[in-house]
Amino acid sequence: MHYESPVREPLVLGDKTYHDITLDVVRPVESTAPKSWWIAFGIALAMFLWGVGGILWTIANGIGSWGLNKTVGWAWDITNFVWWVGIGHAGTLISAVLLLFRQKWRMSINRSAEAMTIFSVIQAALFPVIHMGRVWVSYFVLPIPNQFGSLWVNFNSPLLWDVFALSTYLSVSTVFWYVGLIPDFAMIRDRAINPIQKHVYRILAFGWGGKAKHWQRFEEVSLVLAGLATPLVLSVHTIVSMDFATSVIPGWHTTIFPPYFVAGAIFSGFAMVQTLLIIVRKLFKMEDYITIQHIEMMNIIIMVTGSIVGVAYITELFIAYYSGVEYEQYAFLNRATGPYWWAYWSMMTCNVFSPQFMWSKKLRTNLVFTFIISIVVNIGMWFERFVIIVTSLHRDYLPSSWAMFSPTSIDIAFYMGTIGFFFVLFLLYARTFPVIAQAELKTILKSSGESQKKHHTEDDHAHH
Amino acid sequence: MASEKKYWKGFDQLGNTPVAQKLAQNEFAEELPVEAILGDGAVLESANTTRRDFLKFVGFSTAAATLAACENPIVESIPYVVKPDAITPGIPNFYATSYVDGQDFASVLIKTREGRPIKVEPGDKGFFNSGTSARAQASVLSLYDSARLAGPQKGEESSNWKTVEAALKAAVEKSKAEGKTFVLLTSSVFSPSTKAVIERLRGAYQNFNHVQWDAASVSQKLDVWEALTGTRALPYYDLKQAKVLVSIGEDFLGAGMAQQMEADYAAGRKPGAGMSRHYQLEANLSLSGSNADLRGKIKASEYGAALAYLYNQVAGASVRVGALSSDAKKILDRAAKDLLANKGASVVFAGGNNGANEHLAAAINAALGNLGTTVQACKSVYIAQGNDRALANLSADLQAGRVGALVVWGANPAYAAPGFADRIKKAAFSLALTDRMDETATLCTYAAPVPHYLESWNDYTPVAGMYAVSQPTIAPLFDSKPAQEVFMNLLGDATSYKDVVRGAIAARGLSVNAILHDGGIQLSDGQSGGAAGAASKALAGASAAAEEAAKAATGEWEVVFYQKAVGAGFQANNPWLHELPDPITRVTWDNYVTIAAADALKLGVENASESNGAINGSYVTLKVNGVTLENVPAWIQPGQAAGTLGLALGYGRTLVGKAGNGVGVNAFSLMKDGASYAVAQVSLGEDEHAFASVQLGNTMMGRKIVNETTLATFMADASGKSWNEKVEFHTLQGSVGANEANLWPDHDHKTLHMWNMSIDLNGCIGCGACVVACHIENNVPVVGKDEVRRFRDMHWLRIDRYYSSDTTHESAEADGQGVMAKYAAMEVPSASPEVVFQPVMCQHCNHAPCETVCPVLATTHSQEGLNHMTYNRCIGTRYCANNCPYKVRRFNWFNYMKNEKFSSVNPSQDDLGRMVLNPDVTVRSRGVMEKCSFCIQRIQYAKLEAKKKGEPMADGAFTTACAQACSTGAIGFGDVNKAGSLVSAAKKDPRAYHLLEEVGTQPSVFYQTKVRNQA
Repeated sequence: MHYESPVREPLVLGDKTYHDITLDVVRPVESTAPKSWWIAFGIALAMFLWGVGGILWTIANGIGSWGLNKTVGWAWDITNFVWWVGIGHAGTLISAVLLLFRQKWRMSINRSAEAMTIFSVIQAALFPVIHMGRVWVSYFVLPIPNQFGSLWVNFNSPLLWDVFALSTYLSVSTVFWYVGLIPDFAMIRDRAINPIQKHVYRILAFGWGGKAKHWQRFEEVSLVLAGLATPLVLSVHTIVSMDFATSVIPGWHTTIFPPYFVAGAIFSGFAMVQTLLIIVRKLFKMEDYITIQHIEMMNIIIMVTGSIVGVAYITELFIAYYSGVEYEQYAFLNRATGPYWWAYWSMMTCNVFSPQFMWSKKLRTNLVFTFIISIVVNIGMWFERFVIIVTSLHRDYLPSSWAMFSPTSIDIAFYMGTIGFFFVLFLLYARTFPVIAQAELKTILKSSGESQKKHHTEDDHAHH
Repeated sequence: MASEKKYWKGFDQLGNTPVAQKLAQNEFAEELPVEAILGDGAVLESANTTRRDFLKFVGFSTAAATLAACENPIVESIPYVVKPDAITPGIPNFYATSYVDGQDFASVLIKTREGRPIKVEPGDKGFFNSGTSARAQASVLSLYDSARLAGPQKGEESSNWKTVEAALKAAVEKSKAEGKTFVLLTSSVFSPSTKAVIERLRGAYQNFNHVQWDAASVSQKLDVWEALTGTRALPYYDLKQAKVLVSIGEDFLGAGMAQQMEADYAAGRKPGAGMSRHYQLEANLSLSGSNADLRGKIKASEYGAALAYLYNQVAGASVRVGALSSDAKKILDRAAKDLLANKGASVVFAGGNNGANEHLAAAINAALGNLGTTVQACKSVYIAQGNDRALANLSADLQAGRVGALVVWGANPAYAAPGFADRIKKAAFSLALTDRMDETATLCTYAAPVPHYLESWNDYTPVAGMYAVSQPTIAPLFDSKPAQEVFMNLLGDATSYKDVVRGAIAARGLSVNAILHDGGIQLSDGQSGGAAGAASKALAGASAAAEEAAKAATGEWEVVFYQKAVGAGFQANNPWLHELPDPITRVTWDNYVTIAAADALKLGVENASESNGAINGSYVTLKVNGVTLENVPAWIQPGQAAGTLGLALGYGRTLVGKAGNGVGVNAFSLMKDGASYAVAQVSLGEDEHAFASVQLGNTMMGRKIVNETTLATFMADASGKSWNEKVEFHTLQGSVGANEANLWPDHDHKTLHMWNMSIDLNGCIGCGACVVACHIENNVPVVGKDEVRRFRDMHWLRIDRYYSSDTTHESAEADGQGVMAKYAAMEVPSASPEVVFQPVMCQHCNHAPCETVCPVLATTHSQEGLNHMTYNRCIGTRYCANNCPYKVRRFNWFNYMKNEKFSSVNPSQDDLGRMVLNPDVTVRSRGVMEKCSFCIQRIQYAKLEAKKKGEPMADGAFTTACAQACSTGAIGFGDVNKAGSLVSAAKKDPRAYHLLEEVGTQPSVFYQTKVRNQA
């Protein structure tokens, strides 16, 4: 067992035993859902169905049911896509990168963060598929040997890179998440009384027996997957950013995009984790596991990444000025002062200014404030993508083709639908899955549990 | 009555043998062992066929049956049993004929495929008016207009020709007996054979009267020229010889002209020594005005004063000059100087249907010695013949009940002559010979269809010295009859008009075959003496004309009528013309008053963008002579003279067809006696109007998009270095051009053909004929007003129009203006802008940004420099369109072929309208991207033709639809690898430049710098 300095804040609060952790984690699974869950689920489902309606309408009538036009060929579709992909970044970062860096505080949040990743990547994947004019031939983007002649995909196209990046990311995250879930499923299986439930968890647990060999393999696979997933954290959003960076449109054609997008993704991902965990923590009474310290740590990450994003914004402006390129200069001036100035300044306010409050310890340990900021950040990050996509397209090279974009009810339905779908998945997850990686958490209880730590300290004192 | 035959299967059945009886009763030869199997449990138990197997069989057979049923629907296409000699499927036939449609004449070629006309193309014999305007191009669709009248009608009920002709005969005889008149009201008739038929009517009926009247009237001009030359016809203007052009309010390049002048005009606009200079003073910003080197704004009531002032300057006379601004005088002084320096090689136009002004212009031309050179007064253009007084007399006669029988043919007075609608009913009998149940036909006792020009025989003398013919290119689609035959039948002559025309050709001693092959013949140059006489008469009457001109009605507001692509409204049901953006305002599907920004402010008129960019405009109410026209949308127009409002004719039709009904307002309702402007009272209306404009950014924002220079600079530096600077990149290898600074390897563009296009911005006048031609050639869908408003027009080719702004980078720097203020000011067009037009289509980049980003390789590069679009590979990500710096890619947002939203506008949703589709071009499905293909179907066709002949392709063996439609030759197309080809020379021209060269796209389209002849 690792020794942990008494100076470090305990990661598990209260007087917890292993059994207490088990009980706390399985409580939502074993108890019946409260009314509040049903209300939330009902709302999410309604939004989801609204979105399904929007998608079906789009498929039936055409992309023309959205607000796009000959000049602005992407708007909410790709904005939402990038937004959801960005949100999906915190999970893998927490579970993979922090695992490699042995950041133990991740253990009580990685499960939910990863679930959030997978659910948001599912939302993200919907957009590039549905935004295709002919969704029924969307399989053309896959390099499948075919008899249409010598037709192959275009490996020069960043959209194709997206296909690979996203599918890899989704599959690796899912496997990683699932591997972590196995011991926890086994725990639920072992406790289950209801035969159906027991049967289902038996299947899910993949015959986990808790043997030393099992644990050894578990650790190995986790490490390998963490190694695989870590570059993905950087690559996915890098590739998404290349959709824009490799183009010739002023405002898109920017070499700073990869790091800037990755920072932004982590920024928004952590904000979303905050939003969700503050609720989960409260509703599932997990204050002892998801502690103020966790919140604070994540707030610091938000503050740092937010500042990186801010620097990127300013760098963009400087480079536009410094480049001396007429079109580039106008693109950025237009962002800030043109018809979409409100979007630009919303983005600036939400993403650059609001995280700066986190310099104050008082504010970053304040739950209500954190919750508000986490939502503000995600609004800001949505605007960031909207600003990049729409303001660059709507006034590019030839003023004769300048246009504006305004969403239609179908655009709104689709976006709201994905939020609904996300929460449908998350709410189902919260009631059926162990929301904390309890098996992992138990490994640090002895070293980082509050009472255990106190005990050590007392022991230490006793020894001296 | 058919007998019930019985066929025996064999002798056994005939003989009804016992065997046959037994067989007949037992359909199945063997008893099916159903009972044996299902009844015996043991057998069932031991059977090999298990329940699972059974289900498998059921499943398989159901699946197989389902799959077998999934067959593509069979579209029957029936080949010719006996192939007509002239028709080979897939090979077009061309027929030379004349396009005549109410107000226009053009010598054209009609392309037919499998017996149906699909395209109007310019005549190839260099006859008078052998260019195709947007209207001529679009006219093929009016053939397939399902709103056309299918057969004779009496009111709402269908009738037949026998009844109609009998009723006409009876009515004519009755009117003769009652001493009432028998009147034939037509638009201008310039067909000799038709005139002969009408003369026969005149001979047969003493009470017969033929009234010719044009909705967009030039009656007063004709009066002047009739007085000067003795012939009621406009003179022929020869702009090729004109070095100085001065137009006072005449849009001689516009959509309302009888004579096509753009080709000759453009010929004189070639930069270099001898380039013509064009002055324009006008109220509305017209197409001519936007091409002028110097343009001034005056009110329509000041045209006379301007002409009188110019006359005084030029002739040294001192006729009366009305009030005129000093700015206008300054321009006129300069113009006068230029005119005097170019005597006999200059031309002065007077705009509007105004006799006094026309006389003054004639006097100026006479004083300059232009009559007989540039203004060929004695070479008559007969296309416009209308007489406003004749219509007024007819109107009075109708009112007085003196008309016994009225036949209206090819004219729509109920729509275009205010007050005439009530008068028609006063005729004892009226017959409309019409193409549709229009505003006039519905008021007539009978309405009967006449054939479309593509279904007709006729002959014409559009201009002195030329004899043109019209021949059918398709059998009549409906139960129509040529009007001439109706008249001949009335006279008891049952000859077909076809024979009359052929007879007339033969009677002139011409070969019928030859003339039908060519579409006409140039008999003489049309010149006749008498110019001197006309000149002296013109000069003599100048003073009186100036006095008359000074009396021009004036007021705070003047509504100045003009014409757009729809013209006088004959083709108002043609969606192609409505969808064609106005060259100046870029607004589609509408007419509106154009108003100066300062006036708009005064009236409270606003044009504001919605959140999706669509523009809304205030309504105004116009009151002219007690007639009120409400809800006229107002469009703020740079270059509009203060106190004037422009309003296009030809809109606001109510009974023209589903595409055109209710589009715009009827400006004719404000027009009195054909006057081209009216003094009006204007007030701000309520509500807002939804405009559908395709262009939101109106200025170039200080970017080098249209490269422009003045003639002096151009002449001073032949290399072009100072006025056509090439982009240079400073790299490690030193300074390189945009084509050398590459990331990608270059395509091989030396081995095969390399198709390039050159667009001369000096040649492009912005008319839009190419846009319509492209639309037709490539089956581009029409999307209607609402979609255009959403910036979803589908045009593969557009003509960008930019106004100059008062703010430039230089002026902002000099004024110390901040960058934000500078760009904001740059967006605002000048109140008196210079205008440039720039046709933009797919630039066929050789390093195409669209090609690299398509994930499925749906857009790829050809070995001939083309950027291909593979529709059936396209999945519709729109990435290519986003990444296109020229924004020329168009996405199929909806299924335009099926979606109900487009049923009234898209001709391809109509069984009849669909006939116009070009069978060589795929109709695109929903969700795919499309764009200019450089008319690949024409390239392939020409290549195959050359291959069949075993010869290399000749330069100019074919051209794209846009280049073909361009009357001014502004668009050149060809193989740049072919030595001596037109484009290879154009590419080396110092004026040539690539649009957005610095992006490094290496386009296959290049532009020729615009040169203005400004001193």
